[in-house]
Amino acid sequence: MADYLAASPADRERMLAKIGAKDITDLYESVPEKLRVKGNLHLPAGLDEMSVRREMEALARKNTVFPTVLRGAGAYRHYIPAVVPEIVSKETFVTAYTPYQAEISQGVLQSIFEYQTVICELTGMDVSNASVYDGATAAAEAAASCRDRRRKTVLVSACAHPDVLRVMKTYAWAADTPLTVVPEKNGRTDMEALAGLLDSSVAAVYVPQVNYYGCIEEAEEAARLAHEAGAKLILGVDPLAAVLLKSAADCGADIAVGEGQQLGMPLSWGGPFLGFMAAKHDMMRKLPGRIVGETKDDAGNRAFVLTLQAREQHIKREKASSNICSNEALCAMTASVYAAAMGPEGLRQAALQSMSKAHYLAQELEKIGWRRAFEADFFQEFVTEAPEGTDIAAALAALEKAGILGGLPLGGGRVLWCATEVVSRQEMDRTAQILKEVRA
Amino acid sequence: MKLIFERSVSGRGTRYLPDCDVPVTELDSRFLREKAPALPEISENDLCRHYTELEKRAYGVNDGPYPLGSCTMKYNPKVNEAMAALPGFADVHPLQPAHTAAGCLEVLTQTAKYLCEITGMDAMTLTPAAGAHGELTGMMLIRRYHEQRGEKDVRRKVIVPDSSHGTNPATAAMNGLEVVSIPSTPEGLVDLAALAAAVGPDTAGLMLTNPNTLGLFDPHVEEITRIVHEAGGLCYYDGANLNPIMGVVRPGDMGFDCVHLNLHKTFSTPHGGGGPGAGAVGCKAFLAPYLPAPFSAADPEAPEIPAESIGAVKAFAGNFLVIVRALTYLKTLGAAGVRESAQGAVLNANYLKALLADTYEMAQPGYCMHEFVMTLEREKQEKGFTAMEIAKGLLDEGVHPPTMYFPLIVHEALMAEPTETESPESIEALAEAFLRVYRAAEADPEGAHHWPKSTVIGRPDEVEAARHPVVRYVPAQEGTQEA
Amino acid sequence: MNAPQELKYTKSHEWIREEEGGIWTVGITDFAQDQLGSLVFINLPAEGDDTEAGEPFCDVESVKAASDVMAPVTGTVVEVNEELEDAPEKLNEDPYGAWIARIEGTPADDLMDADAYAAFCEEEG
Repeated sequence: MADYLAASPADRERMLAKIGAKDITDLYESVPEKLRVKGNLHLPAGLDEMSVRREMEALARKNTVFPTVLRGAGAYRHYIPAVVPEIVSKETFVTAYTPYQAEISQGVLQSIFEYQTVICELTGMDVSNASVYDGATAAAEAAASCRDRRRKTVLVSACAHPDVLRVMKTYAWAADTPLTVVPEKNGRTDMEALAGLLDSSVAAVYVPQVNYYGCIEEAEEAARLAHEAGAKLILGVDPLAAVLLKSAADCGADIAVGEGQQLGMPLSWGGPFLGFMAAKHDMMRKLPGRIVGETKDDAGNRAFVLTLQAREQHIKREKASSNICSNEALCAMTASVYAAAMGPEGLRQAALQSMSKAHYLAQELEKIGWRRAFEADFFQEFVTEAPEGTDIAAALAALEKAGILGGLPLGGGRVLWCATEVVSRQEMDRTAQILKEVRA
Repeated sequence: MKLIFERSVSGRGTRYLPDCDVPVTELDSRFLREKAPALPEISENDLCRHYTELEKRAYGVNDGPYPLGSCTMKYNPKVNEAMAALPGFADVHPLQPAHTAAGCLEVLTQTAKYLCEITGMDAMTLTPAAGAHGELTGMMLIRRYHEQRGEKDVRRKVIVPDSSHGTNPATAAMNGLEVVSIPSTPEGLVDLAALAAAVGPDTAGLMLTNPNTLGLFDPHVEEITRIVHEAGGLCYYDGANLNPIMGVVRPGDMGFDCVHLNLHKTFSTPHGGGGPGAGAVGCKAFLAPYLPAPFSAADPEAPEIPAESIGAVKAFAGNFLVIVRALTYLKTLGAAGVRESAQGAVLNANYLKALLADTYEMAQPGYCMHEFVMTLEREKQEKGFTAMEIAKGLLDEGVHPPTMYFPLIVHEALMAEPTETESPESIEALAEAFLRVYRAAEADPEGAHHWPKSTVIGRPDEVEAARHPVVRYVPAQEGTQEA
Repeated sequence: MNAPQELKYTKSHEWIREEEGGIWTVGITDFAQDQLGSLVFINLPAEGDDTEAGEPFCDVESVKAASDVMAPVTGTVVEVNEELEDAPEKLNEDPYGAWIARIEGTPADDLMDADAYAAFCEEEG
């Protein structure tokens, strides 16, 4: 058994003597005898590091790492330069606490300030927080920050990621506030239906700029409709598509939120990922979570601090609009290191190539009868309808056998495909070939 | 120090991607942005140097003692990191077919089993991403329980001691609940009479940290949970302070119905400069049907979630790689190690307390659990220095200060939690630093207001930062770029 | 401590001055700003907000605290000093010049004159 205690038995005796106790159990005198655990808990015995490693590696081997991934739906495999995990795994960054002591935390604070700037550049917004848990909770927190005494309802597009919708529903239920789903039409948010649902009770509308089906929404139209009714627009932003697409601010969004995993984080079976939130200046104090600001020290040097803290739970307690404390700081650093390593041109390439590969895959699938379900413009994902009589499960199983994680089955013969810059033309050709053979 | 944006030179950068091997797609111009985002353009070497410089301006667990009360800044074992980096965990898609992710599922079931046994709970969700997120989830379970009994709108009050973490009242408010704060006794424990007077047919539940933020285990905890249960409320255990009691006493045996754990405190996963953490939530069997969906709503293989479930609190299945680290740690410690770690934490805290007690006034006498609170109120009144001066003086000693000005019920509070992974020599050196700083502040209280002296910056102007917030870098106008 | 004779005061440390037509100008006192420390933000009420004497109608923030400001008047906010939004420091520098809002309505019936308020602060401080 291994542990990480440093005190030897002799040390313990010496320490207890100083404390004035006979035995360590004396220190637990306030724990009623009848409540104490008798003997050991029913847990396996502890193991040495080599044995632990064997057990964990055996678990990891039970998972398949697919050489080719054509599935996205909220988690994407992109190329991560070797320098990114190398920098982010620096011991001090990994182990530091929240930078409350500014004088010895300038490195962490500055890295967050730089992250905030990256998010502001991608979204066009004035202010970003230091991160929240993920894209889904970012959307839910944004909805809460838009509500006021008069306006409580939030409208959410049916084209949101299903987890975003489900999490927003849960948060709305807990806060006793209404949430209404805006229906989908041809793979995008039904703008007519949205117009019909907007009234003076609506606090905010959530629409993803690139939606769950990969389609690019009419974000400016959504903003116009929301603002006409006096509501805010929360735009779900794909941080990679954002390099190419009109910024959230230019679309008229009041708050931009999204999942930042694509900025340098591996698939990680879904987490930890990165929820980002950015807003126009007038919403700055409504943002939840930490925000880093630049100031000066008593000698006039540039200094960074956690600022606007009076919004947060440790000061406002029950009056705080959010209870968030720990966030995803190291993932935020990952995103800014990734953005700096790739640079504007590298990011543009990643986005452009992902989009181009997805269009190539769509075209190759179309040739074998897997037609796109929606006509709308798309980014790196699209939905197909398989030829009549296709056994989707069998088709995906055939791909799996060849080391290809195919698209995500949506039911009703539909499949959601994704291609990113790491997928080669050859892999996509092979995919089409296998699907063709399954049919034959 | 320069920002990375100020190191940017147009045209620089390293190329990481090959040429595109398919025709390049052009998008309808109405969707396109006019101006590329102004992101850094920098060589890989300069990028590395920038972050190495930043790292030198930060303080991690390996730089020295980190006695932040209620934060449990224990050593983060390196094998945890190695296991989380295995491609068999890190490169697995969350929506892969279940039979290709059997190892991930087993990580969840094994971890949940360990944590259920440690807490005395029947079921555990690993979905929440942080302690506060766990609290939110746990209180949602309680809310759902009352809703199922037709009392959602009646039972709206949550009782919280005045020594609680700020997240407790904020969590209650996010759940549409009203907070009733009850005072502590002079001994720093729950006032049973005040509790009995506060409960009633409108009580949703109680949120309690035990040991509390004064580092005291409340010996009347069974009485406390009984009073709340008799009034029809449920009891929520804030597991932020579980470290000193794991393997010794279990929240489930104390009468709690629901608990959250901070895997990044008790179970040694690193804090990452503020996150990511993980906030597992355990509950008794009668609350289990309300637990959040363990799988993504996008997962075609996922079974329909029960109608009673609160729904989902996060996308996918939680901060999985954090859970991998925690499981690695649990396997390492095992049954005996869990208890011995807890005891080590209590031993170290009491040792530090004993070394400081002649100089620093303690908020409570006697033994403590994993942490203890000092008060500098007398020094503020009589000697002209405060908890702030001690904290800032410790920075010059190369030590991370304790948590300051918390809990709110102690004036001029410093709350210290050394954790079990500090050696006796480290605790002794830490104590000597505390004593040196005290003497120096006593000798020159006026000078102490200008501490720290040796850090890369002096005291920052927080007032100006908040009055006129500068929260992002704005590029200098062309031609006026800083040298 | 400074408490001008021409104003009336509340126990929660707001000042009030009568204007024409049942309108009252409201701010926080010198004592209040001194206790609160450097103020960094004021969350102003909106024109048209209803107020109730003795209930919070806006809040102010220092670096480490957020505090409610109580309405000394039951009525409706008719004008707001938006200048404070970008210059909260005025609340510290010139508390009797930095009015927060003008409220039309009926003032609380337990207001103090300057001397009574000065005595009250003496007791509290």
